[in-house]
Amino acid sequence: MIFYVIRRLLAAIPTLLAVLTLVFVIVRIVPGDPAIAILGDRATPAAVAALQAKLGLDRPIWEQYVTFLGRSLSGDFGSSMVTNRPILTDVGAVIPHTLDLTIAAMLIGTIIGVPAGVWAALHRNRAIDVAARLLSLIGLSFPVFVSGIFLLLAFALHWRIFPVIGNANLADPVDRLTKLVLPAATLGLVMAAYITRVTRSAMLQVLDEDYMRTARAKGVPWRRVVWRHGLRNAGLPVVTVVGLYVGILIGNSVLTEIVFNRPGLGKIIVGALNQRDYTMLQGLMVIYCFLIVVVNLLTDLTYGLIDPRVKQA
Amino acid sequence: MKRLLQNPTTLVGAILCVIIVLGAVLAPWIAPYDPVDQSILDRLQPPGGAFLLGTDTYGRDVLSRILWGARISLIVAVTSIASAILVGGAIGMVSGYIGGRVDLFIMQVMDVMLSFPSLILGLIVVALLGPELVNLVFAIALTAIAPFARIARAPVLSLKERAFVEAGRALGFSHARVLFVHILPNIVSEVLVMGSLWMATAVRTEASLSFIGLGVKPPTATWGGMMRDGFEAILDAPWLSIFPGIAILMLVLGLNMVGDGLRDATDPKLSGT
Repeated sequence: MIFYVIRRLLAAIPTLLAVLTLVFVIVRIVPGDPAIAILGDRATPAAVAALQAKLGLDRPIWEQYVTFLGRSLSGDFGSSMVTNRPILTDVGAVIPHTLDLTIAAMLIGTIIGVPAGVWAALHRNRAIDVAARLLSLIGLSFPVFVSGIFLLLAFALHWRIFPVIGNANLADPVDRLTKLVLPAATLGLVMAAYITRVTRSAMLQVLDEDYMRTARAKGVPWRRVVWRHGLRNAGLPVVTVVGLYVGILIGNSVLTEIVFNRPGLGKIIVGALNQRDYTMLQGLMVIYCFLIVVVNLLTDLTYGLIDPRVKQA
Repeated sequence: MKRLLQNPTTLVGAILCVIIVLGAVLAPWIAPYDPVDQSILDRLQPPGGAFLLGTDTYGRDVLSRILWGARISLIVAVTSIASAILVGGAIGMVSGYIGGRVDLFIMQVMDVMLSFPSLILGLIVVALLGPELVNLVFAIALTAIAPFARIARAPVLSLKERAFVEAGRALGFSHARVLFVHILPNIVSEVLVMGSLWMATAVRTEASLSFIGLGVKPPTATWGGMMRDGFEAILDAPWLSIFPGIAILMLVLGLNMVGDGLRDATDPKLSGT
């Protein structure tokens, strides 16, 4: 296992470099001079030149690139142009909220999605299956800001079961939890829809396999055959999708945070967009890149845990 | 086609799409009011009476704005996905046909693009370029190029080893002719199925960007923009967010249902999976 982990870690390096290069290119190909964009059209040439020097924009492009890579890899993501605070300080302040939301959404998605997918596969083309397919398609079709607003209208404004404002007091567990329910449900239900579909089709492919019949013939109880022999083999595609889903989850969490007015990475990115805070945007994109590479790494490592064959490959 | 419409899911999906497309095309004739006409006296009228779906904070008719807003959603979805199919499809086909290190490199670039959160990428591109219709189309197309490159490349890898391709080359056909006349028809159906599913994603992304405030500028009616205005008045006028939300859901669900049905019909092996 240790060699597998090391190999995966080494393989993540080129990906990280490639993603960082993409960020560098995206920020640079945008037309217009960032210094002029920040200072406005009426800025004096001297002021523009001074800001360009401060941002390092007057140096050759390869030098900018090397500096950018070096800083990013050493964990220096820069400071906000507007507040001058280090980006990591701002991000660190909202991390607990973001983690609460992401973990809760993943739990809801898995707890509903996996059993629903297995159940639908076992009752292929029967009423349960048709209902599961239709519900998951509807779940997938909801943009999260629409489902978020609908949940808000129903449970916070009409029935008044949950609070409207989502800025939770982290020290108070009850407050933290009640303010988490609606946002987590918004994100988690979409995720459950994805997982149901993938689990269902992965299970359908496994159900006809010889080893399932053999286990059955040996007298292993059906329940055990499905959950131990079936689901373990159907697990790889499910984990892949959950890993890929993190990209969508990040985008969806931006919308959820806006609807429920929760602090988080999403609100920071929208704030930076409104203030044209370029250094903040670049730093946030780098942080997203690290996040994605780490998630891909975790997905790979999970493969190794589920399927011992992967480690030897 | 007949088999396609026998599947109830596809049929319902097609009906939903047809309703929206008809509404968008016929908007100038069937919309009861001008979508941008403000009338302070009629502001925040609840649904019913002279205004079937009520009016917004500026006294504009919600039904008329939903009908006109459908145009933006459909234009953005169709043009962005068509461009993504053209660019991504060409990249994938050429990459798969050439093979070797070039293919490896191009596909790695595509994987990197694929791993970046698409809404964040779209958000940043539109924010930097400015909220115009063209930039929205560009941003959404950019997020969809990588998946189409992947889907177009896979079949080319096996098709280029087939006898008919070798025969074409032996007859002296150019690479371009082999690729676009002989290989292309074999992958069209798969790409089109993906296209309808990605149209659904494009509608969702456009609405999400408009909701954040990065859509086509007001007073033009867009569904996401209407949700944004409605959200600000959610305590006084919940209908302002409910009706555009239902419209978005209808179109996305319809496209997803049609896409699922098309996939089942073109690939019987996948039926019901």
